[in-house]
Amino acid sequence: MNVELRDPNTIMKLSRLGSFHQSKLSFLRSFLNEFKDWDYKRDIFNLDKNGFGIAVYSFKKQERVYSLICFANQINDNERSDRVIATKWDAAFTLYDGIPNNQDIERLKNEVPKQEVGRLSYKELTLSRANKSVRVFDHVVESLSNGVQPNLSLLEKVGYLYRTTAVYGSGKFGLADRFRIKNRDEINGPFRLEMMLVYLVRQFTFDQVNHVAKSKNPKKAVNLDLKICKSLGIGNSTGLGMAPFIVNHPTLLNNWIFCRETALKKIREIKKVKSNDSDLFKSCIRNSIKNITSWNTESKYQLDKIKNLLRDIKKFVDFIENEFDFHVDYPFNEIYLWIEKETCEECIEYIVSIMMEPYGEITNPLIKKMSSEEEKYFNIPTDRTVNELIEIIEKKYPYILSINFNKKENYKKFWFISKNKEEPRLADRFEEQGSDLEQPLAVARDIKKLRERLSTYKKDLTIDQFLIKNSDLRHVVRRAFIIEKFPYSEIQDNTIGENVVPIDMLRLKLSFFGALKFDPRSDKWLRICMFQGAPLPNELKNYDEQWVYQSHFKI
Amino acid sequence: MRSLSEIETTSKRACRAMGFSWGVSEEVAKGIRLLELFGLPGVKNLNQYYENQDKENFENLDLINEDNKAYNSPLCPINLGIRFLDQVKKIENINQCRFKKVAYPILLLPFLSRSSEIIGKKISFKFDKNEFLLNFNINISSNFLDKEFPVIASEAEISFLENKDSFTDREWKNLYKLSEETFVEETESLKQGAAGAGLTDND
Repeated sequence: MNVELRDPNTIMKLSRLGSFHQSKLSFLRSFLNEFKDWDYKRDIFNLDKNGFGIAVYSFKKQERVYSLICFANQINDNERSDRVIATKWDAAFTLYDGIPNNQDIERLKNEVPKQEVGRLSYKELTLSRANKSVRVFDHVVESLSNGVQPNLSLLEKVGYLYRTTAVYGSGKFGLADRFRIKNRDEINGPFRLEMMLVYLVRQFTFDQVNHVAKSKNPKKAVNLDLKICKSLGIGNSTGLGMAPFIVNHPTLLNNWIFCRETALKKIREIKKVKSNDSDLFKSCIRNSIKNITSWNTESKYQLDKIKNLLRDIKKFVDFIENEFDFHVDYPFNEIYLWIEKETCEECIEYIVSIMMEPYGEITNPLIKKMSSEEEKYFNIPTDRTVNELIEIIEKKYPYILSINFNKKENYKKFWFISKNKEEPRLADRFEEQGSDLEQPLAVARDIKKLRERLSTYKKDLTIDQFLIKNSDLRHVVRRAFIIEKFPYSEIQDNTIGENVVPIDMLRLKLSFFGALKFDPRSDKWLRICMFQGAPLPNELKNYDEQWVYQSHFKI
Repeated sequence: MRSLSEIETTSKRACRAMGFSWGVSEEVAKGIRLLELFGLPGVKNLNQYYENQDKENFENLDLINEDNKAYNSPLCPINLGIRFLDQVKKIENINQCRFKKVAYPILLLPFLSRSSEIIGKKISFKFDKNEFLLNFNINISSNFLDKEFPVIASEAEISFLENKDSFTDREWKNLYKLSEETFVEETESLKQGAAGAGLTDND
C-alpha cells in the first residue's frame, strides 16, 4: 500500500505547526543518541562557597573534544531578568572546540559573561546564559544542606534549577561559522552543538547546587538524589527571535517536516505490526499521560489545548485498549485515519510523534537528512518563464492566494528588528512606527502580490526579463522556485494577520528541539523545559530510549 | 574577527538600507560573504560604494549586450552583477562582452563567480591590465593580490572560457603511461570469468 505524504496545505498551517510535539526525530534525542558512547568528564570545578567561579565539562572521542566552559557570577536579584534586554545573568556558557588552555579561559572570562556585546572566536561554537529559578535553587540548597531531599511538588511544578534565555551558534558574535564544522560526522544533524551545551549546563546546575549545599553545611549536607536530578531539566524562555528563523531557512524547514512526514508515511505503510512494537506504542501513550497532567501553565490558550489533548488522548486510549485490533493489516494507517477524524490537531500530532517510538530503523536514517545545504538552492532559475512561475504559485499556494490583502485585518501586523537589541519584533502597522522598515517575513502577502504582477506580463517571458522591472519581488520569486522542489518549505498561512499567534512558530521549532511542557507567557513568548527525564551523562552508555515518557517525578 | 555569518547578515541589512530590495540585498550579502571567504576586501568596497552612491548616481543597465557603456556615470556593479547573473545563459552565447566604466569592479566578482558555476564554464574578467579567473564558484584566481582595488574599471572585458585541458596531449600521455604501472596483467582464466564473458553482445 502506498500512503501519500500529508498535504502541506494542511500541515504547514500555523495552528497545526503550533500543535507539534517532540519525537524520536527531535534534536536533543538524536544528540544523546550520537554522543552516548563519547567519554564525559568534569575537567575543572573551581567554585567558591557561594557557587561562583569557573567549571569545565567535556565530551571526548578519540582526538575530538568539545568543552563546555561555565562562568557562574554573582548578580543582584533586581538584575535578574529573562528578557533579552538583560545584561547580567547567574551563569554564562560557551562550548569550546577542543581543550581550552588558561589563556583561552582568561580571554573568555572577559567576553562570555557579556554575551551579545562580547566577542567570541572561531574556536567557540555556541554561546548561552542562564538564570536560576531562585525559589527552586534556594529551596534545594536549603534542603540538601540540612541533609534532606527537597520538596518534590515544588520541583515538579517548575521542573528545573536554571533556565537559559538564549542559545547562540552559527557565527553569531564571532562564533565559528557552520562551514568550519559541518563535515564532522557527529554534527550531522541540526543544532547538535546547541543541544550539547544545554545538556552539559544541566549537569553543571546539579553540581553547583550540591557544591553550595555542601559548603553551607559540610557535615550534614547530602547530594541531590540522582533520580531527582534525572527528573529535572533545563528551562528556557523563548521570544520572537526564533520565529523569523523558520521563514528565513525554507529548505531546512522543509527537511525537518519532510522527515517527520516520511516517517509517518512509512509507519502507516507497515502491513503487519509486531506485538513488541504495538506494546511499546501503547505503553508510551499510557506513560505520556503523566506528562500532560503534570504540564503546568497559566496560559488560557495552552490550558484549553491541554484540556482538549487530555480528553482526546483518553478517548484514544479507550479506543486502542477496547476496540482496536493491532492484527489488522496496516494498523497504524487505520489508527491515523481514526485520530484524524476523531481528535483535535494537538492530539493528532501528539500521537503521530509517539507512533515513531518503536521504529528507530525508520527514524535513524531520516535524522541524517534533517540538515540542509541552503546555498545550493539560492540561485533563481531565471531561464524559466512567467507561465511556469504562475503554475508553481497556483499549485503550491492555493490558500495564500485566497487571502484578501486589501482588508486591514489581513496585513495589520509587521515584523521588524529592534534597534536596541537587534531582535525580531511584531507590531501593529496602524499604531506603531517603522512599517517602512518591515522585514521580508510577510511571504503570503508578497506571494499574492507576485501572482497579481505576473498576470500583467506575457506568459512566455523569461524570469530574468520579469525581474528587470520587479526587483521588489525578487525574494519571493526565489521562494516560489524553492517550494517547487521542497513542498514543506513554506508556512501556508498569513504571518501578518490580525490574529496571527507568533508562539505557533516558536512551538514548531521548539518541538523539533525536543522541548516539553510549552508554557506560553503571552502570545509572543513562552517557557519550556528541555532534557527533563533524560539520562545523566554517566548513564549515557546504556539508557532507556523512551525516557521522555518517564520524565515525571518519582523516587 | 567577524564571522562570515555576521558579514552576510550585516551586508544584507546595509544593502536594504541603501535602497535595494530585500531580494537584491540577499544576493549582495552572499557576494560579500564570498569575497571575504576568498580573502578579498568585500566589506571595505561595499562601504566605499555606499559612500559614493549618492555623489556618483551610478547607472543601471537592463540588458547586457556585446558592447555596453555608461553614458554619464559609471555602471553600478550591483545592478550589473544581478543582470549578469540573471541573464548569464543568454550572455553565454555572445561569448565575450565589453563594458566601459564599471564602478567598484570587485563587487561584480561574486556575481561572475556564481555565474561560472551556473553555466559550468570558467569566466575570465579583465580590466585595465588586471585579470581574474572565476572557477565554478570554487575559487577566484588573480594577478591582483595585495593591491588597492580601483574605484573604476575604465575598460572591462568578460569572456566565457571553453572547457578545455590546460596541458598538452604529450603531457597527458606521459602521465597516463606512468599510471599504467599500477595495473596488473590479467591471466586467461580470469578473463574468462569477467563480467559479460561467455555471452554474445548482440542480445
